[in-house]
Amino acid sequence: MEFVSPEGLRLDGRRPMEMRQIRGEIGAVAKADGSAFFEMGNTKVIAAVYGPREVENRSQQISDQALVRCEYTMANFSTGDRMRKPKGDRRSTEISLVIRQTMEACILTHLMPRSQIDIFVQVLQADGGTRSACINAATLALADAGIPMRDLVTSCSAGYLNSTPLLDLNYVEDSAGGPDVTVGILPKLDKVTLLQMDAKLPMDIFENVMQLAIEGCKAIANYIREVLLENTKQLEYRRGP
Amino acid sequence: MLQSKSFVRKTKQGKVVKVVREHYLRDDIYCGASICKVCDSSTARLSPSASTILILDTNVVLNQIDLLENPAIDDVVVLSVVLEEVKNKNISVYNRLRTLCSNSMRKFFVFSNEYHKDTYVKQMAGESPNDRNDRAIRVATQWYQSHLGAAARVLLITNDRENKRKATEEGISAETVESYVKALGQPGLLDLLVQPAPEDVGMEEVEDLRPSKRKVIYSEHKPMSEITSGLHRGIYHQGKLRVNRYNPFEAYVGSESIGDEIIIYGRGNMNRAFDGDVVAVELLPQDQWQEEKSLSIADEEDEEEEDVHLVPSSADDAPRNTDLAQGSVGGTKAVLCRPSGRVVGIIKRNWHSYCGSLEPMPMPAGNGGIAHALFVSKDRRIPKIRIQTRQLGNLLDKRIIVAVDSWDCLSRYPSGHYVRTIGEIGDRDTESEVVLIENDINSRPFSLQVLACLPPLPWSVSSEDLANPCRLDLRHVCVFSVDPPGCKDIDDALHCTTLPNGNFEVGVHIADVTNFVHPGTPLDDEAAQRGTSVYLVERRIDMLPKPLTEDICSLRSDVERLAFSVIWEMTPQAEIISTKYTKSIIKSCAALSYIEAQARMDDSRLMDPLTMDLRNMNALAKVMRLRRIERGALTLASAEVKFQIDTETHDPLDIGMYQIREANQMVEEFMLAANVSVAEKILKHFPLCSLLRRHPSPTREMLEPLLRTAAAVGLNLDVSSSKALADSLDHAVGDDPYFNKLIRILATRCMTQAVYFCSGDLSPPEFHHYGLAAPLYTHFTSPIRRYADVIVHRLLAASLGLYKLPTIFQDNAQLTSTADNLNYRHRNAQMAGRASVELHTLIYFRKRPTDTEARIVKIRSNGFIVFVPKYGIEGPVYLTPRGEKGGGEWVVDEQQQKVKKMDGSISYSVLQTVMIHMEVVEPQPNRPKLELALICR
Repeated sequence: MEFVSPEGLRLDGRRPMEMRQIRGEIGAVAKADGSAFFEMGNTKVIAAVYGPREVENRSQQISDQALVRCEYTMANFSTGDRMRKPKGDRRSTEISLVIRQTMEACILTHLMPRSQIDIFVQVLQADGGTRSACINAATLALADAGIPMRDLVTSCSAGYLNSTPLLDLNYVEDSAGGPDVTVGILPKLDKVTLLQMDAKLPMDIFENVMQLAIEGCKAIANYIREVLLENTKQLEYRRGP
Repeated sequence: MLQSKSFVRKTKQGKVVKVVREHYLRDDIYCGASICKVCDSSTARLSPSASTILILDTNVVLNQIDLLENPAIDDVVVLSVVLEEVKNKNISVYNRLRTLCSNSMRKFFVFSNEYHKDTYVKQMAGESPNDRNDRAIRVATQWYQSHLGAAARVLLITNDRENKRKATEEGISAETVESYVKALGQPGLLDLLVQPAPEDVGMEEVEDLRPSKRKVIYSEHKPMSEITSGLHRGIYHQGKLRVNRYNPFEAYVGSESIGDEIIIYGRGNMNRAFDGDVVAVELLPQDQWQEEKSLSIADEEDEEEEDVHLVPSSADDAPRNTDLAQGSVGGTKAVLCRPSGRVVGIIKRNWHSYCGSLEPMPMPAGNGGIAHALFVSKDRRIPKIRIQTRQLGNLLDKRIIVAVDSWDCLSRYPSGHYVRTIGEIGDRDTESEVVLIENDINSRPFSLQVLACLPPLPWSVSSEDLANPCRLDLRHVCVFSVDPPGCKDIDDALHCTTLPNGNFEVGVHIADVTNFVHPGTPLDDEAAQRGTSVYLVERRIDMLPKPLTEDICSLRSDVERLAFSVIWEMTPQAEIISTKYTKSIIKSCAALSYIEAQARMDDSRLMDPLTMDLRNMNALAKVMRLRRIERGALTLASAEVKFQIDTETHDPLDIGMYQIREANQMVEEFMLAANVSVAEKILKHFPLCSLLRRHPSPTREMLEPLLRTAAAVGLNLDVSSSKALADSLDHAVGDDPYFNKLIRILATRCMTQAVYFCSGDLSPPEFHHYGLAAPLYTHFTSPIRRYADVIVHRLLAASLGLYKLPTIFQDNAQLTSTADNLNYRHRNAQMAGRASVELHTLIYFRKRPTDTEARIVKIRSNGFIVFVPKYGIEGPVYLTPRGEKGGGEWVVDEQQQKVKKMDGSISYSVLQTVMIHMEVVEPQPNRPKLELALICR
């Protein structure tokens, strides 16, 4: 199938190096300590953060750092076929783990020993790249909760179809069966915290694809920073002089 | 700007889901006109002087692609909505359109109107997708007109009346193709137009020439829904229709649901299906299986023509069950049980353009107008095609290309249109061109992108190559090559040295083509597409550009060349002790021809090292050959002929059998050994993605004609295994020296051809090569002229760890399709080579009527088929004048393979020697053919 036309347009009209429209919003769940809503095209996710708070299960308490927990779920209505998915299936367990590890790498856990931070992410609408969208939403929510972090973590995926590296695959491109590289970085520190790919790709091409994904992450980081800045300005304004 | 597209779709399971997709609209899509001031014109394709810019409607592209390919039509904007529609309706037209768009000589510009913010159209409530697309085309046209303003006229070309009406209402200038082409004032172009189906045109031009013939000839095709349900319920069977190359009234449909081939007799049952179409077939009741056949022959309006042709070299080329064609009584027994059927519908058409000429006809009285003519394809599987032309006088003696448009059930023949002229009939260049087109061989010069991949000339071995530790320096070794005289693409060389322990070191050095042809480059893509070099009698169509073929890769004498070597240590009994594979640098000390090599070996006075090496090798080769034959390898014979071509006129001067010398066999033996060694090596390293070559064992049914002939002359052949067959062939000695060769030739044509395959697709027992009696075989030794060898070189290099394996090898499906393409190209190249020889035989005999000796190979009711050993051709000899259908004067004895005169005075039996007279006759003007006639003794 042709995913990139000879005119250089993808199926949805983007060029290979273009991301989908992104939108982030802080404060989606008022009850949570921090929450955010994040959209990458038609992929919509919501994240809520609770904590740092007391550890629920004493036996899990860690004496010198905070316990980070993450739960990823997909709403039953998030995909077209409205299938009832069992909670805790392999895919969501894996993604929960991935998100937890990625976020743990940037939270300054040693500042909050013997406490617990819960991150809940839920996919409201899925159209490829849910993993990345969840990480981006979680970053925003953590920042909203005021949890100390080394840097923002942002994530973006890139693929390789029709011999062209493509940024930010949507569902159609994702299900083409080509390689899908998901990268998470700490943009300021320029460090990679997440790198996943479950296909074969020659080394040189892989590097190009990964570089593209990193560029995407950086663009998202800039956007998230803007959202946070805007949010802070509003908070300042509300507080009054 | 973001738009979301949502539509409802039914899944395979029958569930209805709503699909929502994003659709981004952009402002950076440019109009492609270089006169435009607003847009970025770096990608502009339309010419600056264009006064009219054409925008095409989908129906125009679908029907008139031949017209569009004519250079007279230019400055065309192809909208993405049109492309998408064409892609969904006809993928081959889509590919042709895409080629046009990417051709830098043509000014076709693709405008992505669906993604442009001003030309995107949302489907309105109650609007059909078709109407929406038509509207999108109109909106885009309007945008173009307002965008370019007065600088150019934008013209919408549409044959859809409704669309044209609406366009005119909206103030867009629109025309039909016919009126546009007429306005161009080039009458030749009008022939390219596809005549619209009657319902599309108004009442004014209902073409009915022969009202008497206005009757239904073919039954109506069943609607698609009925076919689908019929296939489901198992009353219809789906398969690809293959028409018998030698009898166009007989076709086969390989059906998986039946597990056997369904035979379809007669045009009526074929019901307008072409060769290669995917059809739905209904089985006929069992009692009609027999009857249908004789019916079909009675109903043929012109009797099947049997031409003189080259001797087939394998079962694939040979006529299948030809004795059926003449309706001989005895021959039908063998096929009684084959199911026969009739086509009820066509699932997918395989129409393309065909090469041929017009049926001779008198010029119509009213000159200058439209004439209707019948086109006869060179490929006999294709029925005659009815075309309209305004240049009949011009075309009558030309070879032309014609495309098929439709086949109405009221019409005996399909209707089509003229595409282009190749040249005069009978002209050698024209006919060669026809051969190439017929066999889908790309003879165009290499493109600039391909040539850009070549290393700069003059090329020589660089110091990096010398310093490369992977390259063994063999320049001090006495390497030589043995090839046909005048060979310029030398891809193999040999060496043989005596080791101190009495063993021999034998090396086979193959041109290192992969050092220059890198995967993924345009050069590689082109070579993969061409698949093989094609050898015609008077010219060669290379797989790789000439500098590589004749210079850089060619292992010529006295120059340093890069090679890929297989080096064995062999005992004097030709047992292989060790095998080494390495890249190397060689310097050939002699490029011998077979004749020279043979002369050196035979001349006992010569004692120089080269000659000694040759003799050693020959001794080894003889042992290897003997061992191979003991294993059961078949020594098959072919009737290959060789022409001597006049260097000035390129006309054939002499013709004779190709002589095989010991030197040929020696080189062949080592090449076989190298191929086998390499096959073992690559399969060991890459069990799932190696490219190998296999030769399936012939089935008993395929050997049936051979057995019948042999039985008639009292010969008993054992065909239980290749070994048994080889032995019984050895024992088949008759009273004359040629008898054994003749039997071998007959055996050869019962075999199928060897094919390339990907090792992951089959199980190891199927890898077997029947003819060579080798469990594994591949092609390694001719990378200059075969792409398979290039692939094998890459595999071998990867197995040695020199390079990493290109990505294509990880994709099994892609590898399989590559192997299929190679088989297709290989086969076409062979067919083209044969056709070229046939053509030159005709040219040769045109001036030289000859009497010669011939052998009868097949008996027919009204004559027999003879084989002319001296010229390697075979053809029919008629005992009764044609058209009289045997007249009952001659009787065929099937058992004895004899044809006897009623009164018993004369009889001819198979393999008998007869004298014949060969002459070129022209029964119809411009249709020369070779005729064989019996000389009565």
